[in-house]
This record gives sequence, C-alpha cells and structure tokens, in this order.
Amino acid sequence: MEEKEATRDFNERCAQCSEVNWGLTDGGRFYCRSCHNVTEKITEVENTDFTSNIRIQTVSKGLRKQEKTDGGCEWYVCEGFQFVLRKQAEALEALGVCPQMKDEVLWNFWRCYLQKTKQAYCDRPAGETVRPLSVCDSSTDVDSDPERLSLLYSSLSESEGDLQTDCSFVSSTSKVSESTSVRSRSGSVDGSLYLMKNPKEKLRMTMPMTLSFCYMALLWVRETMTLSELLRFVFEGHIPYLNVFQHFPEKMKLRGPDIKIFCVESWPSYEEVFNKMHELAAFLDLPRFPDITDSCFLHPDMLCMKYLMEANLPDEMHNWTCRVVKKTCIGEVDFLTLVPGNKSTRKVKYDVLAAAVIVVTTFCVLLISFTCSQPKMCMFYSDGPYFELKKWYKVLKCTLDVEQKKLDERRAKYLWRCEKPLFYSAKKKSKVLKRRQIVVNLQNQFGRLSGSVQPAEKPNPSSFQLSWSEENTDGSCFHGHSLKGILQEKRGLLTAMNPRYWLCTLKLCNEKLCGHLAHYGEADFPQSYHFVLRLFSFLLRIEPSYIHDEVCMIEHKLFNKKLRKKTKYKTGPRK
Amino acid sequence: DGLVRGNFVECTVINLLQASELCLSFIQDAMLQKQWKRAAEFLTFYVESLEKDFSREPVGASEIIWRIGSEILRHHPDSSVKEFNTFIEPMKTLSVKRYLKVCLEHAFYLLHNGLIDEAYQNLSLAESWRFGEQTVIQDKELKLIQAYMGLLDYYKWSKQKNILLEDGKCFYLSVEQEMHSCFRKAAVNLKEIIKIPGVWDQFVKCYVDMLEFYGDHNEARQVLNEYAYNPKFPANPNAHVYLYQFLKRHGESKKSLISVLKILHDIVPSHELMIDFNTMLQKSKKRKRRRLGLEVIFTALDYAGCKENVKAWSCLARQVKQIHLAWIKQEWNSRKDWWPAFHFSHYLAKKNWQENESLSYEKALVAGILLGRGNTKFSFLFTT
Repeated sequence: MEEKEATRDFNERCAQCSEVNWGLTDGGRFYCRSCHNVTEKITEVENTDFTSNIRIQTVSKGLRKQEKTDGGCEWYVCEGFQFVLRKQAEALEALGVCPQMKDEVLWNFWRCYLQKTKQAYCDRPAGETVRPLSVCDSSTDVDSDPERLSLLYSSLSESEGDLQTDCSFVSSTSKVSESTSVRSRSGSVDGSLYLMKNPKEKLRMTMPMTLSFCYMALLWVRETMTLSELLRFVFEGHIPYLNVFQHFPEKMKLRGPDIKIFCVESWPSYEEVFNKMHELAAFLDLPRFPDITDSCFLHPDMLCMKYLMEANLPDEMHNWTCRVVKKTCIGEVDFLTLVPGNKSTRKVKYDVLAAAVIVVTTFCVLLISFTCSQPKMCMFYSDGPYFELKKWYKVLKCTLDVEQKKLDERRAKYLWRCEKPLFYSAKKKSKVLKRRQIVVNLQNQFGRLSGSVQPAEKPNPSSFQLSWSEENTDGSCFHGHSLKGILQEKRGLLTAMNPRYWLCTLKLCNEKLCGHLAHYGEADFPQSYHFVLRLFSFLLRIEPSYIHDEVCMIEHKLFNKKLRKKTKYKTGPRK
Repeated sequence: DGLVRGNFVECTVINLLQASELCLSFIQDAMLQKQWKRAAEFLTFYVESLEKDFSREPVGASEIIWRIGSEILRHHPDSSVKEFNTFIEPMKTLSVKRYLKVCLEHAFYLLHNGLIDEAYQNLSLAESWRFGEQTVIQDKELKLIQAYMGLLDYYKWSKQKNILLEDGKCFYLSVEQEMHSCFRKAAVNLKEIIKIPGVWDQFVKCYVDMLEFYGDHNEARQVLNEYAYNPKFPANPNAHVYLYQFLKRHGESKKSLISVLKILHDIVPSHELMIDFNTMLQKSKKRKRRRLGLEVIFTALDYAGCKENVKAWSCLARQVKQIHLAWIKQEWNSRKDWWPAFHFSHYLAKKNWQENESLSYEKALVAGILLGRGNTKFSFLFTT
C-alpha cells in the first residue's frame, strides 16, 4: 500500500512538533517524519487492489499469534544474511578497512541484490518499534526504513505486470509458511522455500557468498586486503563466519531449514568465493570497477614487494619482478581492473598473480638449482652478504615446517561446536542435549589431563604471517642480500648466469573445459619448484595447482615470441 | 619432502570431517610416542565429533572416543580408577550396540587393578541388562560376561577352600555352605562357556579343579576329554596336557597315559613332557613302545628348546647305550647331516664344558656313540 496514500488523509498535527509530516513504520503505525515521534494510530489494510497483499497480511497475522508464545518474531532468510553481512563489515572496519566500504559500498551492493532477486517485496509485520536491521549506521536508520519500505513498495508496483507469477509465488509462500508454522514454531518464514528453490536461479544467497560480497566491496574501494588475506582472517576468527548465526537477535530463532542455510561446516574455498564474486558482479549489472593502477596495493608491483618480504627474498629481486610485470603487460590498468560480465578477459587473482610472478622471476633470475655449483662460503663484500640459495632454502624450509605444523594443529583443534545447541526438530532435542552434556564432561575430564596447556589463543590479526628482521644476529634475514653472486655483469647490465629457461608446459589447457590452465603433477617437477609453490601455497592458503596455473600463464606471456618461433625450448624437468 | 604429510594432503579447504581426521592423526601420533598429555589435549577437541555422530559408519566417533579415551586413561600418570569409572559410564550409554562389550572391558580394567569385587558387581549388573533384540544380538558378549563371573566365583570358592584347608580338621559349616554356593554358580557358567568351541584353558582348569574337589571325577574326565578330542575345538596342546595330568593324578593305566602323550608328541614334539614320555616308554616291555621312545626323544632334541636340557640328553644317552643299533641308525640317518653342527660343534663343546658339566658329560656320551669314538670333537673330554 502506498505510504502517501495511507497518510494522505491523516492531517492531525504531531503532538511533539506540531508538523503534519507523516510516515509509516514497519508495523503500520504513523510516525512523524520531523521529530520521529511514533503514534498509536495504525493503518488499516482496506485496499483490495492487491489481492496478493491481503493474502500475505492474513498469513502473517496468523503466524504472529503463534510466535508470541515462542518469543520469536517473523524473519526472512535475507534478513539473516543482512545481519551476517553487517557483522562482517563491522569486523572489517575494526581491522582497519575504511568505513566507506561498509556504509556505502556494501550496503548498496546488498540493496541492489535484494532488488534484483525480488526478495524485498514480502511485507513484514515485525515488532512495533523501528528495528535497525540495516547495514547502515543507526543514525540513518529512521530514514532508511521508509526508504526500505518504498523500495519494497516500488518493486511491488514494478512487478504489476507480473502479478500472476507474483501471486503464485506468494501463495506458495503462504502454503509453506502454514505448514512450517505447524511443524516448527518459529524460524524464518521462507527457510524451507529457500532451500527448495533451484540454486542456480537468481544467484541464491549462501554463507560463502557473504564473503563474496565483502570481497567485492573491498575491491571496489581498492582496500589493502587480498582475497587470501580476507579468507585467512575468517579462518583466524577475526571476521565472523562459522557461528555468526549464534549472535542473531534473540527474536530471530533458527529451526530446521535455517540451520542448513546458516550453519556451515566447512571453510569457504578461495575458488568458490572468487567465482561467486564475479557472478555476482555480473548479475548486479555493475559497471567497470575503479581502476587498479600501479599505486594500488593490489597491483603486482606492490604485492610482489610484500610477498618478497614475507618470503625472505632479497629486496633486489623487486627490480626483476617489475621487469617481468612490465614485459608480460600484466601491470596494465585494463588487465587488472574488473569489468563485470566481460567474458573475454581473464579474471585476475591479484594475490596468486603476484606470487606467480615471484616464482617465475626466481626461476628465471636465480635459477634455483641445487646441483648448480655455488660458493660454499658466504661471500662478504663491502656492500654486504651475497644471497645464497641453499642457505635460504634451509631457513625457509625450517620455518615453513614449523608454521605448517602450527597451522595443522590449529585446524585440528578448531572448535566447531556452537554455544547454543541446534535442533532440527523437537524430537531430537533431548538426544542433542544429552550428547552435549557428555561432550562437555569429556572435555572437562581430558582438559584436566592435558596438563597446563594454554588454550589456543586467537592470533593477532596481522598482514604478515612470516616476518624476518635484519636485526637478527643469526643471519636468517635475506632482505638485504645482494644478487651479485648469482648475476653477472655483462656490458654493464646484470644478467642471469645461465640464460636458458625451462618452461613448465608447452601448451596451455582450456581453463573453461578442465578447470586448470596446466596440470600440476608431482612427478613432473623438481623438489625446488615444489618447495617454492608450497611456500606460497602456505602463505596464500591456496592449492599449489592454482599458483602453477598462473605461473604457466605468465611464462607463456613472457616467452610468447620465442614460443611462436618454436625454437629449441624444451619442456620437461628443470635442472 | 613430499607434498603429502602422513595421510593428509596440504589441503586448504577444511571441513568438519577433515578437521576431525586431522585431529585423530595427532592423537594417534601422540599415543604412539606415549605423550599422554598431548593425546589428552587433542582428544578434548576430537570429542566435538560426538555431536555430529549420528552416522551409520562402521567405526564412528563414539567408538573411537571410547577406545582412545580408555587407552589414555590406562597410561596417563594422573589417571586413576575413579577417573576411568567416571569416563566409562557415559561410554556405555552412547551406543546400545556396544553396551555389553564396554561393560566387559570395564570389568577387565578393574580386574587389572585388583578390584575383584567391583569387577564382579559390574559384571552382574551387565548380566542383568535386557534390551530387546540387542540382548539376542550381543549373545556372545553376554556369555563371556557370565563366563568371567564364573571365574570370579571360582576365585571366591578357592579362597574359601584355602581357609578351610588351613585350619585342617576344623569344621566351618558356613564357609562350606558358602563355598558350595560359589561352586554351583561358577559351575553353571563355566560349563556353558566351555561348550562353545574355543580356547578356554583357564576356565577348564578351574572347573575341573572344583569337580575334583567334590569328587566328581567322571564329569571332570568327560570335560577334559571333550576339550582335548572334540574336533570342533581348535588344536590345543594344553588340552592334552591337562588331560594327561588328570589321568596321572588318578592313577590311570599306562596305556591311557601313553595314548594322550602320543597326540601331544604329534602336535608339539618339543614339549617338555616328552622327556617324561620317553622315560615311560623306555621302561615298557613292548618293543613298539621302546622304539617310539627313541623317536620321541630324538625328535624332542631336534628343537632348540631342549638343546641344553640335561635330562633330555641323559634320557637319550641311556637309551642309545642299550638299544638296537639298527634303530639308532634309522634315527640318525636323517640327522647325521645337521646334528653335528647343531649340537656337537667345537664352540658348543667348549661352551657346555664351561657352563654345565653334567650337560657336557651326557652330550659327550651321546656324541661318542653317534659319531664314533674316533671323533676328535669330543675327544678331549675322554682324555680328562
């Protein structure tokens, strides 16, 4: 029902501010737009034009009666996700992300999504007060609600032409609501319907997609956080994901289908979040994203610098990575910037790309070869120590093994249990509670027997997982080391000692067909290559095969001309 | 330095199942290295899986937790019987299909810690458990529970018997009555279990002991015969040993004793009873038996177990001095290639002489006959 229509006939002056400027709350009460004073007057649904509307009203009225005994209210699945997004955005802000991302970008994306998926046309007679369930700051709440209402009503009017289908949708909703209200007292109104929907249709919202939204917003504002970092923060618990539904407001109770929707039992994969993000961007008809220029954090030059530091490689290598970036044109604005819906350009994984650049540079410039003769003594010249591959390998391998073990232990110890036990049905409630009690008792008993073990603490959020300090006297930091030992001067220019390079693969696969550009098989590559991939696999928390894909892609760009000449470049095992 | 660590690929996506398996592998590693505190630490996280364990997998989380938890509590320095008891009770209720098994293992634990009465209480509680179809399915466990109760009843009986015998002529009616009731209870259960084909050495011994005490020799003999000769039962040398010992105790004829020991000779030629067997056969008037005796003692000495057995060698020595040369030749034929190295080497000769003179003497006698006096290996013995 049009708000203006409803309030048109109400000309009383506001008790507080004496204005005549009325709006409608969610619950259908009149409130004064000037001073936000809520009155006792309630609108009556007399309008019979929208028969569908009446149906919703009667259904929801019926439900409301039942729900009062439970203490819960009606809520829709999309509201649940909205809550999740809000929490995630708040966490990101706490990590240092600009507020603009949360207040403007993410909220707009979400609103756009709701519009596109037509989820915002079911009326929702919630509580009497104006509930601030929006992503915005609370100061804009009152404004946003009429906005939201008008959004709801506008989409209703938009779909006038499709009234038939909308009616059928609504009637099926009511059927489901009635049946669910019989089985499960509360829970979301459209939970079971939500699960019944064809998942491919209209990009149904899932928990991993909340991270896609976050990442999309981060990318839009060009924040200094890559997708792998985002996912790592999720794993470390700095960004709510796994048990966030536990913090739903009291009134939003979860039952049955809601648990399946909101309670996930696995960490999201990079690929999943990444691909969904692109689908989403296309679905929302977003324009070209803000440019990724060479001053952006996500530009390969910048990311390479960061990863070189983390991988404890000499700073001098940065010159070489920049050269590779330049030669392969992967630093171009058009290559890096996201244009949603453009199927011809390759979707860029900024972090993996930078890692791959370093891998290629390492093999190109340093030519990791452990059989290659290198001076055993560390050569010190007046300008500092020379970089030695073997020494680097020893230090890194040691550190990596320790860190990997710590990570594995943390994974093994992750407490999946949520504080409030979940019941799929009332029948299972007692069984679940009994088990819960047993689990708690066992944990107490064996906890005592664990000795004085400190509980696993959440690591502080940090951009760097490995850090190396030049102040360490044990010489384990290689940042300042010079590449002079490996490169040689030739006519005033530094070049690699061995100018040959062994390609990973001669021909690239079709990614769309088989999912990968190239195939990473253990037997095909030497241990040195495996190790470097393993290192970045750990840092980015991504499967080595994805890094390998990017490496192959870069190699092909780099040696494009030579490949086309089809000279004596061999494939096969590197030295 | 492979990509696969243990049985876990460095996977970046982790779900609950994978996390549980990873956790389990840490527990197993810790247990293998006897790091009980560390194992306990990881177990506190693994028990989370219980809440999700409504699956029908063959070995589910609840069984794993029961077994691992028990093992940790058995070895952990800070553990106690009280801790174990607290732990095991919910384990019993977690799975109805395992109820009796857990009870039985609990009883074993208590017995291991010397708490006989508690074990008995647990067993009798378990014995009275009824759960519809499950009671039928878990029939074997139930029988075992009853069998062990029988064993514990025997133990009680045995203690009382000692009280009775200690005081000699004194007549304690109450003790006797109690003893008899223990006997009845034990007999019922023990008789049942030894019907089932299997190895029930301890149960058989106890049952027979009681039967003998009350003079029911027929029943005892029947039980032992069944145990030794029923083809459904697995071949068990002990069964024959028990039977032999029983028959000997009751002064049975040489014929029956010999027939039992013959079977034992076939199953375990190196058994220590073979020496007695040989002694018995040597004395016999029948040629066949004396011939058998020679075979028995030679065969016994084919095995390393009897190598330094003085009695065995003296038996052999005694026989070869008197017996027909033809028979000796028959036995020696298959042995002449390897017995010298096995028994009569230079090294062994010196060793035996240094360690055990009587052994050396007997062996020398045998060697002299078997290898001929011209043999130089033991010649030095004859010169001393």
